[in-house]
Amino acid sequence: MTGKLVDIRNLSVRFKGKRTVHAINDVSLSMEQGETLALLGESGSGKSVTLKTLLGLLPPKRSEIDGSIHVNGVDVLSLRGKALAKYRGGEVSMVFQEPALALDPVFTVGHQIAESVRRHKGVSRDEAMSVALDMLDRVRIPSANRRLHNYPHELSGGMRQRVMIALALACRPRLLLADEPTTALDATVQIQILLLLRELQKEFGMGVIFVTHDIGVAVEISERVAVMYAGQIFEEGTTREIIREGRHPYTQGLLAANLHDVEQGQRLNAIPGAPPALESKPDGCSFAPRCPKALPECTAGLPPMLMPAPRRRVACIRAGEPVVAE
Amino acid sequence: MSATEDVGYDPTPDTGGPAQPLIKVQNLKKYFPVRGGPLGRVQAQVQAVDGVSFDVAKGETLGIVGESGCGKSTTAKLLIGLTERDQGDIIFDGLALGEKLSLKDLRRGVQMVFQDSYATLNPRMTIEASVAFGARVQGLDKPEDRARKLMDRVGLDPARFAHRYPHELSGGQRQRVNIARALAMSPRLVVLDEAVSALDKSVEAQVLNLLNDLRAEFGLTYIFISHDLNVVRYISDRILVMYLGEVVEVAPVASIWAEQAHPYTRSLFSAMPSMDPDNRTKEPPLSGDPPNPINPPSGCRFHTRCRFKADVCKTKTPKLAGLSVNAKHMVACHLHDADSGHPKAGQGVPS
Repeated sequence: MTGKLVDIRNLSVRFKGKRTVHAINDVSLSMEQGETLALLGESGSGKSVTLKTLLGLLPPKRSEIDGSIHVNGVDVLSLRGKALAKYRGGEVSMVFQEPALALDPVFTVGHQIAESVRRHKGVSRDEAMSVALDMLDRVRIPSANRRLHNYPHELSGGMRQRVMIALALACRPRLLLADEPTTALDATVQIQILLLLRELQKEFGMGVIFVTHDIGVAVEISERVAVMYAGQIFEEGTTREIIREGRHPYTQGLLAANLHDVEQGQRLNAIPGAPPALESKPDGCSFAPRCPKALPECTAGLPPMLMPAPRRRVACIRAGEPVVAE
Repeated sequence: MSATEDVGYDPTPDTGGPAQPLIKVQNLKKYFPVRGGPLGRVQAQVQAVDGVSFDVAKGETLGIVGESGCGKSTTAKLLIGLTERDQGDIIFDGLALGEKLSLKDLRRGVQMVFQDSYATLNPRMTIEASVAFGARVQGLDKPEDRARKLMDRVGLDPARFAHRYPHELSGGQRQRVNIARALAMSPRLVVLDEAVSALDKSVEAQVLNLLNDLRAEFGLTYIFISHDLNVVRYISDRILVMYLGEVVEVAPVASIWAEQAHPYTRSLFSAMPSMDPDNRTKEPPLSGDPPNPINPPSGCRFHTRCRFKADVCKTKTPKLAGLSVNAKHMVACHLHDADSGHPKAGQGVPS
């Protein structure tokens, strides 16, 4: 199948329980084959929930999902049982923020990679082990032969994240989901992992969705950026467009809060307030209470989606106005 | 200043005048024993802080940066006596801790704000009780009054928040509570250990603005520990770089931003994401993780990862010394010491 790698249409996710949380509200998103997209947003913006929905990881009893998700033409939301197991790890796999928690402490890393290869490819134990060794080499783990027989606790944080990546890519997925994989790492290790992911992405030609709260990381890893807030996508475009001419006031606020090139001691243009609680479905712009440019119309109805260029969109009434020089 | 009188901020009086550093740390050392084996004997030592010296002038903000395990948090804890030091002197406004200055008096003058805003608040105490607690222990008058005024000052309406519990607050609000609690003692020095790192970017900017305001209003001195170089540059006057328990470079912000004298500092700075989509980082500045602080490398501790290492780096420990062009810019590297015996000594770090 050629065509879109990911096609999410009007996705909404609600969590039921003592109180209802509208985690994702009417999100549409599409990706071509081999693209790298960064989902940028603060905590509670719904970026991790989007990834988990893509992998079918949400608890079915407590979550209500509307809309459709297609990955390579496969309807993800209808997958059950064996088909779902084959899809997870085969077609799409995920790298988590905390590799120490995501890896099984009682098996060697080689064993864990080989197990996933045997499950998906049905090869023998020895063949799977040699795939595991090859993967550890590819993620540039020194003396991979020895590391194959190490347990996760014997590895450093950066090394564990490399193992996570090797595990995720062992079955050559078409799409890699990365949920803040470098947030827990030191800056010097973070940049190594980012560059490694960039190389592997080119080598394997897979698509990557990279969730992050750090604009700098998004710039280093991705071609395209989607900015999320309160379970919605506020702005989407190429990384260049978002960084150079972010149109949404929230994007502009995030860029200012990055402190890159801010005069020392100068007062910061902080966005006041805090993100909204998602207890009800938004009926106006969710950013309006914090927005410096808000108009009365902003709270009256959902903001229109402006599309100034192909594959570029901004959800703001005032996005059409000329951009004021910073 | 009328606002100051409002809050009732009364720090201990200044003794040595502006020329005397507010805090002076000399040759501070802390080794943690690693026990193991059937008898629980000491098998090795983590050299968390090894011979750290620096001073902070009154009203100055010193930023401390480094990778995890470099000893920045241990240094902070030693400063307020949360961890007992093995060796070294801590001199607060001319009074040495343990001689003329008791731990209780030190804590009246030095307070700390930690990274995890939730773990540092007692879940069974209301916000007001938490903020007032320290002031009561120190025997300051009207601790509750003080607490309410400070809550108001950090942007939390006392009428709404005083009787709430920590779990009812957002991360940004909790960090404001922690700041109010630190200020309730009217300290002169506040140690901020990754105090904004766990916050979302938009909230982080609000808290940084608040910290700037408080510093101006109460004449505070900060030690600001963070791994985010942009934040450190924004708030600090000087930056101190640590690596494996040692200070490798200290310099005024403008000077270190223009020219990093230590190869490690340079790597750390180039590890920052570029923010320019057309000019992304091509090569990682350092390979591998930082070495284990148990049995750190001999000589210069950075030599195992340094591109410019020579034989002398493996045997001789470099000393912190001012650069010839700017004596305030101090660095511990053989490349800058003409007599070190490094083949490229005295030429500075090659680009």
